[in-house]
Amino acid sequence: MSELFTQAAIVAVVAGGIRLAVPLLVASLGETFGQRSGVLNLGVDGIMLLGAFGGYYAVLQSGSPWLGLLVGIGIGFIMGLVSALMAVTLKAEQGISGIGVYLFGLGFSDLLFQKWVGTPRPIPKFPKLDIPGLSDIPWLGEMFFQHSVVIYLAFAAIPLSMWIINKTTFGMNIRAVGENPEAADSLGVSVSRVRWSTVTIGGTLAGIAGAILAIDLGIFQQNITNAQGFIAIALVYFGAWRPLGIMLGALLYGLVNALVLQMKVLEIIPPDWSDIAAMTPAIITILALVVVATRFSPPSALTKPFTRGA
Amino acid sequence: MTIEDVRRRRLLAYSVPILAVLGALAIGAIMLIALDADVVKGFSRLFSGAFGSTDALIETALKATPLLFVGVGITIAFRANVINIGGEGQMVAGGLLSTIVALNSPDMGPFIMIPLVLLAGLAGGAIWGAIPGALKAYYGVNEILSTIMLNVVAVQLMNYLLRGPLIDPLEIERGTRIPQTERLVESADLPLLFGSGRLHIGPLIAVLAAIVAYIILWRTPLGYRVRAVGQNVDASRYAGIPVKRTIVLALTMSGALCGLAGAVLVFGSEGHRMVTDGSTAGFTGSAGFNGIVAALFGGLHPLWTIPASFLFGGLLVGGLALQRAVQVPSALILALNGLVVIFVVSADRFRRRLLERPPVVIEENDDNNRNEVATAAVAAAEPTSGDHPEGGDS
Amino acid sequence: MRKTFIWVALFAAFALIAAACGGDDEVDVSDFRVAIVAPSASNDLAFTQSIVDAVDALGIDPAVTDGTFVVEDAAAAIRGYAEEGYDLVIAHGSQYGGSLVEIAPDFPEVSFAWGTAADTFGLDNVYSYEAASDEGGYVMGVMAAELTETGNIGVVGPIEVGDAKLYVDGFLNGARSGGANATAAYTGSFSDVAAASETAQAFASQDVDVLSGTAQMVVGAVGVANDVGILWFGTQANQTELAPDIVVASQVYHWEVILEDIIQNVQDGQLGGEVYVITLENEGLVIEYNEDFDLSDDIKDKAEEAIEGIKDGSISTG
Repeated sequence: MSELFTQAAIVAVVAGGIRLAVPLLVASLGETFGQRSGVLNLGVDGIMLLGAFGGYYAVLQSGSPWLGLLVGIGIGFIMGLVSALMAVTLKAEQGISGIGVYLFGLGFSDLLFQKWVGTPRPIPKFPKLDIPGLSDIPWLGEMFFQHSVVIYLAFAAIPLSMWIINKTTFGMNIRAVGENPEAADSLGVSVSRVRWSTVTIGGTLAGIAGAILAIDLGIFQQNITNAQGFIAIALVYFGAWRPLGIMLGALLYGLVNALVLQMKVLEIIPPDWSDIAAMTPAIITILALVVVATRFSPPSALTKPFTRGA
Repeated sequence: MTIEDVRRRRLLAYSVPILAVLGALAIGAIMLIALDADVVKGFSRLFSGAFGSTDALIETALKATPLLFVGVGITIAFRANVINIGGEGQMVAGGLLSTIVALNSPDMGPFIMIPLVLLAGLAGGAIWGAIPGALKAYYGVNEILSTIMLNVVAVQLMNYLLRGPLIDPLEIERGTRIPQTERLVESADLPLLFGSGRLHIGPLIAVLAAIVAYIILWRTPLGYRVRAVGQNVDASRYAGIPVKRTIVLALTMSGALCGLAGAVLVFGSEGHRMVTDGSTAGFTGSAGFNGIVAALFGGLHPLWTIPASFLFGGLLVGGLALQRAVQVPSALILALNGLVVIFVVSADRFRRRLLERPPVVIEENDDNNRNEVATAAVAAAEPTSGDHPEGGDS
Repeated sequence: MRKTFIWVALFAAFALIAAACGGDDEVDVSDFRVAIVAPSASNDLAFTQSIVDAVDALGIDPAVTDGTFVVEDAAAAIRGYAEEGYDLVIAHGSQYGGSLVEIAPDFPEVSFAWGTAADTFGLDNVYSYEAASDEGGYVMGVMAAELTETGNIGVVGPIEVGDAKLYVDGFLNGARSGGANATAAYTGSFSDVAAASETAQAFASQDVDVLSGTAQMVVGAVGVANDVGILWFGTQANQTELAPDIVVASQVYHWEVILEDIIQNVQDGQLGGEVYVITLENEGLVIEYNEDFDLSDDIKDKAEEAIEGIKDGSISTG
């Protein structure tokens, strides 16, 4: 056990936890917009997979991770529009239409990969950025300030999301539509327009999350997200629909995962217990959901389609 | 509006999901063309592989069986306005518990063993459904999240048990260490319907389960409570219905049916043993998800879920035949499966709209008219009946 | 009642379409036809690709149903290919065995091959095949122990089962025989690329400077190894192209060695009943070095020594 409390192990767990948290964080933030306006999008994982493949393929062809990110944004945007069409205009059952998007993304990303790429080939990753001054601090530098550029950008998205949701008119409309669409509608806010925007934002961020995942791993493979999109949705509840809470949730989930892996490497968890240990993040999430759910409640109109005068 | 009009609208309504499937298949055809595959051959094999021969029909019935169990389970939860996305984990739990029982009980002959393992499957799924039910009812934890997390727990539990305590001793002896149990006791094999071939009694049990679920939902006080809670929690509470207990029960029943699906998969499988590839889908074939679609396809009504599961099962079996015939990557079938879900769910609005009660109310002698049992109190307090996500046969 | 009628009508319509479409199979009699049913993608640079490449290497273009991780779907595919009259149906997944034992007796004219496994169920139309992946694992472990400067070696494993466990244990034993401190960590999944990648990072933090790993998810670990300059040993397929700077060698499965025998047997009328193992001895397992990696002759000699020792039985990998 003492090996775990060395600088190398602790720094590695924290830095690893942050890396694992980032795709979850980005996808969760996106999902938050939709949920705050009353739309649950279960298709996040499918959109992430499509964004991951698109991003990967663009980098493979061009050599530029930034172009890959751009393609991830584009694919996420399109899939966001499709999700909005289903959830808002066609009022499809929100818990289920997302499963369709998930299955489609899982199959279609793999299909394109097999047809256009063949076997996994490595691609250049995002550049690393050591923050001048800060990255030299013992312990903390390596934990927080020696990451790839997109990781800082992802964390920068948290205050941005908070500002949009809490301080802008658009954010006010989002909250109004999510809590009481009838009242918002009567005040002249277009419920469907707000929801179209939030679901599209959510899709775009899911696409970005997928692209970040694949490009930072430097590879694509069938089912590369391994159901991270579903974890991202859970984190929205965990974070009680607030960006800071979501950040905490994503970090906790990433850290627990990194900690479990580190403990396996150090043989604190023997190979025989590897599957049992792999359950811990899910169980901790359930327990945390219990704590959160007793204190916060979801947007009142979540999963309820809106029809004027109904 | 005349009764004739109502009938015409109903006919149209029931054709909506079929049209949606055809729409998805049309996109599938475009993908096949893009892959340079023989579209005509592919689609002819899709249909002949699903419905074109006795063997094909049997394969379809077998594929439809877990879909039907899950679909009916989903329907019960849905009627209580609870979305059970945990079918995958509940199937695994049912499969595991039934396997454990079969491995640990003395061979008592088929008349005891078969009901015993099926009940064990039922119990395993019920436990896995009761947990999110209790979490929702007593702590307000959203069931979509808890069921997804429990799927993760179930798969790791399965991997641990099949790799460790439940592994076939021969696998350790030989050193091959395939994570599977030994062939389970023969007297627990689901009997074959015609004495030979592939068709076992699983599909019959599933149909029976659908009928029982229908009776419970529409002919018992419990079913009435489930539907009342689903329509309006506040009014139900006002009417003295124990809301929390009803929610737990609905998810427990839902899980139990999924667990039964898991047991049928184990004891009706070709291998008559439980084996893992490390993922849930490897065991369930994603029936925990696809069953939801079958339920929707059947208008969230247990009896209509029977033909809906059969058609959807046929689509899945036919998809495999298509893949073999034109040699496209299997990923295409998965994508197509997703498209079918997307199209069916998205088109559901048109079906609901066609079924909406016309301005002049005509009460038909329809045995599945859910309003006949809804109390005036509940109905009166219902604010958004036309828009309710459950979209029943109102 | 009306609804019932509608459904019946729809079924009838489907049945008609189905009947009209049935029975249009062309039968190809000229060639030896091979079908493969496999759990992961046929281009996974790992398990499934190894068998597809092997059949290709024999000049046969196989029918492939890949990505069939659902056992019951695999059973349907195996049955389907058998019905369609393929000469040899390869069930390339340990987990398919339980189904195959039920299917094979229904098709006495068709030959089946099942791997990786060591059991033919006493059926005379089933071959089984496995890889002694511990052998190559051991040899590469020996090399790893020579190459490590820190003395720490790690292995990224998926789930502690079957072929993966065999390889990992062989590699650990080889590395330990050379005096290195070797550890395996199983992620708990065959497909979790991010977890494999983070496991490699965790190893890196513990001064591990040589890594290996198995299953399709290791592509993530190879990427990390490449970034931080850790040496890598691959298995199942040649992984050099994933990271030409750090891959030292790969244990490659050449199933064609035994498939050739199996196909010959089938053409001679013997449809099964034998267990085949690819080994270093029969050259079904080959240690392929990365030509661009500067590996000293000294270490190559050690590897050769280990290979010879395993072949003549003087070294036990267990």
